[in-house]
Amino acid sequence: MSALLDVRGLSIAFPKATPVRDVSLTVEAGETVALVGESGSGKSLTALALLRLLPERARIASGEVLFGGRDLARLGDRELRDVRGRDIAMVFQEPMTALNPVLSVGDQIAEVVRLHQGLSRGAARARAVELLDLVRIPEPQRRVAEYPHELSGGMRQRVMIAIAVACSPRLLIADEPTTALDVTIQAQVLDLLDALRRDLSMGLLLITHDLGVVAEWADRVAVMYAGRKVEEAPFEVLFATPLHPYTRGLLAASPRLEAGQHCSVGPLNEIRGSIASAAGEKGCAFAPRCPLARAACRIAVPDLVSIAPGRLSACPVTTAAPVSEACHAAPVG
Amino acid sequence: MPLLSVEDLHAGYAVGGQMLRAVDGVSFTVNTGETVGLVGESGCGKSSLAKVLMRLVAPSAGRVLFDGTDVAPLKGGPLKSYRRQAQMVFQDPFASLNPRHTVAEILKGPLEVHGLGSRAERAQAAGAALERVGLPRAALSRYPHEFSGGQRQRLGIARALILSPRLVICDEPVSALDLSIQAQILNLLSKMKAELGLSYLFISHDLSVVRYFADRVLVMYLGRIVETGSWQEIFSRPLHPYTRALMEAVPTPGRRRHAAPLSGDLPSARNVPAGCRFHPRCPLATPLCTEADPVLRPAGDGQQVACHHAPTGAPH
Repeated sequence: MSALLDVRGLSIAFPKATPVRDVSLTVEAGETVALVGESGSGKSLTALALLRLLPERARIASGEVLFGGRDLARLGDRELRDVRGRDIAMVFQEPMTALNPVLSVGDQIAEVVRLHQGLSRGAARARAVELLDLVRIPEPQRRVAEYPHELSGGMRQRVMIAIAVACSPRLLIADEPTTALDVTIQAQVLDLLDALRRDLSMGLLLITHDLGVVAEWADRVAVMYAGRKVEEAPFEVLFATPLHPYTRGLLAASPRLEAGQHCSVGPLNEIRGSIASAAGEKGCAFAPRCPLARAACRIAVPDLVSIAPGRLSACPVTTAAPVSEACHAAPVG
Repeated sequence: MPLLSVEDLHAGYAVGGQMLRAVDGVSFTVNTGETVGLVGESGCGKSSLAKVLMRLVAPSAGRVLFDGTDVAPLKGGPLKSYRRQAQMVFQDPFASLNPRHTVAEILKGPLEVHGLGSRAERAQAAGAALERVGLPRAALSRYPHEFSGGQRQRLGIARALILSPRLVICDEPVSALDLSIQAQILNLLSKMKAELGLSYLFISHDLSVVRYFADRVLVMYLGRIVETGSWQEIFSRPLHPYTRALMEAVPTPGRRRHAAPLSGDLPSARNVPAGCRFHPRCPLATPLCTEADPVLRPAGDGQQVACHHAPTGAPH
């Protein structure tokens, strides 16, 4: 059986840079896959490339985006327009800039169902009210006529989600959907996305920098660093035995709500340097920041190696060593 | 005597003929050498509070005492002296550094304003301040855009510390930074505090960060402090339903897909609910909560909670 979404060897190029290289990724129906990384990791470009929404100067340099037996990277514009919003929908980080400020939220939801499902004006309006109700917006009859500025940040993101799920897409791509929201509202929105994933049997590709969100909501996790996928694992495996030194560093550097750590006892484990240190690196992009880097790491980009089914890592140092030994070598919080 | 003492502070803004009560009766202290964490969601008044403390916004009532002196009537020299002793680190290191100034100009600026040192001494101090925050002296001639987010926040810290303040108000100092950089900045702030004997008011929406960094915690909701206590008390025995909800809302490894703990949006400070301001979202609310506004009352050693229904007996 083939995956719902099967991205193979995707590279994205600008005229003078290739910020995403050779990224492969699958999402099954009903599954939540998290794509994790910090700014500059290429996670958002990867998400945009799936629907060919890249900035003007960027292009898909190589690779395939297989969805329902078709390669979206090579699909004609008309066919692609049918896929966007109907089979694959997207939710962005900042609902205030993603929504049209001069159209009521009802009109914005109705636009999608009129375009893709050919509903009449009246039927589309009724569907908009249903969808607002589906995303748990109170008083949908009244809210449908309101404009984005009249809604709170959490409500706006619900409207974005209503638009995204209007045609019951098979895949929903959510790019940092809760980053702009307060923590109690973030929990509501993630809970809603998860319920919709279940009810509509959607695949959910969650782009995030927040490991807590990943740990609580994702089935599988792919970690990106400086344009490449460096590790992939089921969520519980990733958090129990992270392999790549970058993943380990991130987990060790995160203050945790439940952990016993306090600044009066000792410093947090840092990852030295910044992602910019990768510039001009011939070998592993993480090598300049890596406590385990060897000479070989600076010569060639390490391969992403399959260690177990669904378990990949691009670090020969930690993959070769027995896990326990490697764990002692790297600071793990 | 506490270094900073805030007494029943009120501050607000007139918005469309209405009064928005951003800070609505807040009292707390910051002792010398202490880090007080201030937690709350957007609109709770935490940044307004910082502005009042920095004398950027005038309070409508209440007092701010620094080292025992009321800062409200200060003018001229004494006001300058207060500002030298109370500095601020901002959230966005991209917006808070002048893009047209070199690092040297940014760092020497506060010294010039306060008329400190000779030209040579100021240049020397700027270099030393850079090294203290882990940047090379060579960076002095560069511009902010040449630095990464984490490095810019180091510059923001260097600028705040160059006047040798006693109190530093950090307003979301790591929120704009990537996770791999957050730990660097928190460690730097921690080191600076130890080396320079600083006191921090550390404002953040991130409970995990506050849990790691604060000695004492204030939880703010719609202009009020609803719970306060040591970090151990607040995080091991949160008493206010809002504090609990905040903690439950933090995504945590090992806890999967819980139900969303709190319903409803944050009400606006323009339209504060009657009685307990948290009651429309509170799972414990009773008719009493819609009528009577709860005040902070002691619950254990230093812990205080403003809730009619929170247990206030001694912890067992």
